[in-house]
Amino acid sequence: QKVSVEVLDHLEHLALVDFRDSEGVERLQKAIQFADQLHEVNTDGVEPMDSVLEDRCLYLREDDVTEGNCAKELLENAREKVEEYFVAPPGNIPLPKLEERETFLQGS
Amino acid sequence: LAPWIPVVGLEIHAQISSNSKLFSGSQVQFAAPPNSLVSFFDASLPGTLPVLNRRCVEAAVMTGLALNCSINKKSLFDRKHYFYADLPAGYQITQQRVPIAVNGSLSYSLYIDNKMSQMVTKTVRIKQIQLEQDSGKSLHDDARSQTLVDLNRAGVGLMEVVMEPDLCCGEEAAAAVRELQLILQTLGSSQAVMAEGQLRVDANVSVHHPGEPYGVRTEVKNINSIRFLAKAVDYEIQRQIEELENGGTVLNETRAFDSKLGCTVPMRDKEGKQDYRFMPEPNLPPLILYDAKSLPANMNHQQVINIDWIHERLPDLPSVKREKLVEQYGILPEHSFTLLNEDGLAEFFESVVKQTQMKPKKVIGWILNDLLSYLKQHSLTVKESPVSSFLLADLLKLLEKKEISSTAAKRVLAELWKGEGKTPLEIVKEQKLELLQDQKELEQICQAVIDGQQNE
Repeated sequence: QKVSVEVLDHLEHLALVDFRDSEGVERLQKAIQFADQLHEVNTDGVEPMDSVLEDRCLYLREDDVTEGNCAKELLENAREKVEEYFVAPPGNIPLPKLEERETFLQGS
Repeated sequence: LAPWIPVVGLEIHAQISSNSKLFSGSQVQFAAPPNSLVSFFDASLPGTLPVLNRRCVEAAVMTGLALNCSINKKSLFDRKHYFYADLPAGYQITQQRVPIAVNGSLSYSLYIDNKMSQMVTKTVRIKQIQLEQDSGKSLHDDARSQTLVDLNRAGVGLMEVVMEPDLCCGEEAAAAVRELQLILQTLGSSQAVMAEGQLRVDANVSVHHPGEPYGVRTEVKNINSIRFLAKAVDYEIQRQIEELENGGTVLNETRAFDSKLGCTVPMRDKEGKQDYRFMPEPNLPPLILYDAKSLPANMNHQQVINIDWIHERLPDLPSVKREKLVEQYGILPEHSFTLLNEDGLAEFFESVVKQTQMKPKKVIGWILNDLLSYLKQHSLTVKESPVSSFLLADLLKLLEKKEISSTAAKRVLAELWKGEGKTPLEIVKEQKLELLQDQKELEQICQAVIDGQQNE
């Protein structure tokens, strides 16, 4: 079962990944096949496991103020800033539609 | 024309009243220098991990109990992915699969008619309450085509209260949210001040004909007050009805309420149906809560949250407070609603009652008709009242002792509003408003009037 172009395009939009070429897509296919092996196990009546941490205790922190006040440090990494604000483009810049962008997916 | 049935479902985000954030130790505070209340985790710097704040869990449990919910002893955290400048991690930690509380109800009351004479009690079902992170704030600078991002709010704890679509109009929505606001403020789990963004309401609205399936719904956002909530919902209902009656269709979209124009407009930046790719939050094990029966014997107290312990310590909810006021003072249920609706008014009323011999049923008239209408006219809160409960009590004492008439009392009150520091007794003497008690004097005056008539 191959992953359709629609799904690949959808994934590129959602995760902003770039499959770039057939090798990238092939790697995704192989990853899905690898995970699909899970379906071979009969899990009827078995409660799904959430994570390997599921029987650990979730640590609860006291409601004290212990951090913050480091605007200068945080802004050091910002390419652009305006008076202690981070600067971002005016809105999300959506990935152009499949027909309108240069991607090898177009040919598929 | 076939009748339309409007359907309204609310999603309410209440900011948790806590010192620090949901998953980090930075401070929660409304106005502060930009990015000063931000920890490395809030800024989503690599290598940071979420650590759950106990107080936030307690707030959610209290709220769940107050709304008659079942508290899930095991609840889970998930990641909800979407890109936006004020969400540095690219996902929000929320509770999508198994939230902390489910299946509750909220009772609220509203006036049957415009005459405000009788109240009816309704119920809206609560689907669930979940803990989640707030996002930062975006300030749009259209002139320079950029957005300024302040992460002070990023990571603040929220309780999202999801209601079933049991409401049918703006009035019901406003009444339900007002009651929820009062409950949250009574519990202290949220200060729920809408103007400061501590209580945000999104309304899902659709219309359909009786017997037909539900219509397409729109989501209305950007509602900043309870008054605007009612307006926004009613406007959207009307807009949809008109659209459909003119042969158009309702789009499944997100709209913003424009308070200046009093209408809803499509929101930009909402690209179709979002795929949030929910996944379990891998850094947080399940949240386990206990009750008296399941309390573990040898665990550190600080790590244990006991639902029964919290339940025992819940304060009187507004509905209980109202019942007590009605029972104790013999006032009408409608009166108790008004008393609780104004911050400090119930305390003011009780203080006056304590200080006078006047029947509470009579005092309430002075509180609701005279005091409250004056405060409303001048946009004052009870705390800002130039007439204190002591002054009003003094005045009512004079009235009760029949030293002045009711008409005179109203005149004295009008004078007291000026806030010139005079006591009721001083004003009565100044304006010679004392009731004449002397029988003989009264007879003389009456005789003089009669004589005067006879002379004409």
